[in-house]
Amino acid sequence: MTVPLDQPAPHTREPHQWLGAFFIVPSLIMIGVFFIVPLLMTVWMSLHDWPLLGRSSFIGLGNFVEIMGDSQLWNSVGFTMLYTVLVTLALFAVAFPLALLVDRPLRAAGFFRTIYFMPVVIGFGAASTLWLWLLNPDSGVFAQLLRSLHLVSAAPRPIESFWPALGVIILMVVWKSAGFTMVILLTGLQSVPGEIIEAAKIDGANAWSRFRNITLPLMRNSVLLALVLNVTSSMLAFDQFFVITQGGPQNSTITAVFQIYLASFSSYRLGYGSALSLVLLVVLVAISSIQLAFLRTRPEES
Amino acid sequence: MADLSLNAPLNRQSRRQLIGTMAFYIVATIIAVLFLLPMIWSVANSFKPPAEALANPLALFSKAFSLDNYRRLEGVGAGWYVYVGNSLMIAAGTVLLTVLIAVPAGYGFSKFRFPGQIVLFVLIMATMMIPFQSILTPLFLILKALRLQNSLVGLVLIYTTFQLPFSIFMMRNAFDAVPKALIEAARIDGASQWTILRRIMIPIAFPGVATVALFAFLNSWNEFLAALIFLSDQNKFTLPIMLVNVSSGIYGIIDWGALQAGVTVTMIPCLILFLLLQRYYVRGMTAGAVK
Repeated sequence: MTVPLDQPAPHTREPHQWLGAFFIVPSLIMIGVFFIVPLLMTVWMSLHDWPLLGRSSFIGLGNFVEIMGDSQLWNSVGFTMLYTVLVTLALFAVAFPLALLVDRPLRAAGFFRTIYFMPVVIGFGAASTLWLWLLNPDSGVFAQLLRSLHLVSAAPRPIESFWPALGVIILMVVWKSAGFTMVILLTGLQSVPGEIIEAAKIDGANAWSRFRNITLPLMRNSVLLALVLNVTSSMLAFDQFFVITQGGPQNSTITAVFQIYLASFSSYRLGYGSALSLVLLVVLVAISSIQLAFLRTRPEES
Repeated sequence: MADLSLNAPLNRQSRRQLIGTMAFYIVATIIAVLFLLPMIWSVANSFKPPAEALANPLALFSKAFSLDNYRRLEGVGAGWYVYVGNSLMIAAGTVLLTVLIAVPAGYGFSKFRFPGQIVLFVLIMATMMIPFQSILTPLFLILKALRLQNSLVGLVLIYTTFQLPFSIFMMRNAFDAVPKALIEAARIDGASQWTILRRIMIPIAFPGVATVALFAFLNSWNEFLAALIFLSDQNKFTLPIMLVNVSSGIYGIIDWGALQAGVTVTMIPCLILFLLLQRYYVRGMTAGAVK
């Protein structure tokens, strides 16, 4: 009869708090081995001349000096930015009207939302090969369509010159990803309280000024989020250019990730590839940080 | 009299509403057709005899139904069902491992307090900002050192790692939704820790598990760059890599029919899963949007 009163019976005791640490150990091992270690290795390897076979040698900032003078790399950086700006504009130009279209309390609106979203879930690899077929001049659907409408006499070969190639890839990405941006914008549209819109209507504000002065400012966070997600994913574009244009014509559609792929896994210059990766990483973390800063300092409505 | 004057504008308004609704249906349907057509064309042409696909790729229905394209896809590399098998194994492995690791981790972060917890959680979330494309070069060396290069197991480990931050975030939120009072009550009733987890936690957190599993499946099934880099043996390829091999052709000649069959096989499972589990998908997306 010496059981202390503050000691509850075993079965009602709170579980030990250190048990929580035990539960997260597997995830820490995985992220440690396959994310943190390679991350640190990227930094280490970027300071080396590191061939696939043979010894690696420390060359300090040699790789970064080489980056400064690598004109092919700067071409690809320029191209990646051009692509990012154009595809983001195109996505917003399509996704915003789509979001406004399906933002209504009809059962059918949900049905249409689902359809517009469907291309998002098929992979970029499959979507790119699908479009490679749509675009091919011999048996492709587009060539056939344009010819049967008598718009062209000879089948167009869009991927053989720069601007048409960029144009059709942007078209493909808009088809594939507009649904994603639409859903994010839709969450913003639906967070705008209906009473405010009603009040503005009674005050005589027309549809455009209601949208411009009330809806748009109130859904700013969604717009910003869609913008950052589109920009970061476009900066990392690879699949569609690897599959559809294969970097051509004349290496004009090689993106930043494509360049890393070529350096590390085609030329097997792992050190140089790591240095390129590090630059890309810094740029993307900067973009994400700006996003976080914006979202923190400007809390949405409420 | 009063009735009439009230009714007139109402009628006009409801007529305008009706026209608006009809315009919505027409416009929305046209756009839906544009979004669906590329996928429908691909599926339709995969079942056409090659000659007919070449002559009339626009037709949605062909008079002759043919599995020729799928048969020719058997001759591509190791044959398409080997690649379906590889993709299935990788997707299943990634789903299983992600759930097995993320569920306890989410539970640990949600329902326990231990030193260093917040720092670790922030660290895991911070890895979401870093693009996986930028660590592929050293990962190649790590897999080589572990003798896991060119292996499906190695790819599963990597895909799982890429899925973990998002999945742990989802699972912690899911477990946060379990009220503390409910757990206390069960404990007072004599339920063991294991019973609480199995009978209270998991059922309430189930939608989170479904979301995590769905994203793990879609992302590992569709992933292209890492598979391209880490798999070099043609018996190990996944479906997206098979598609690229078909699309680069043999001696410059591309078998478009076989390619359509391959695209169909690759995209249909994703579309079916999405249509069945749509609400879990939207859950994951909106959670990502708030993060």
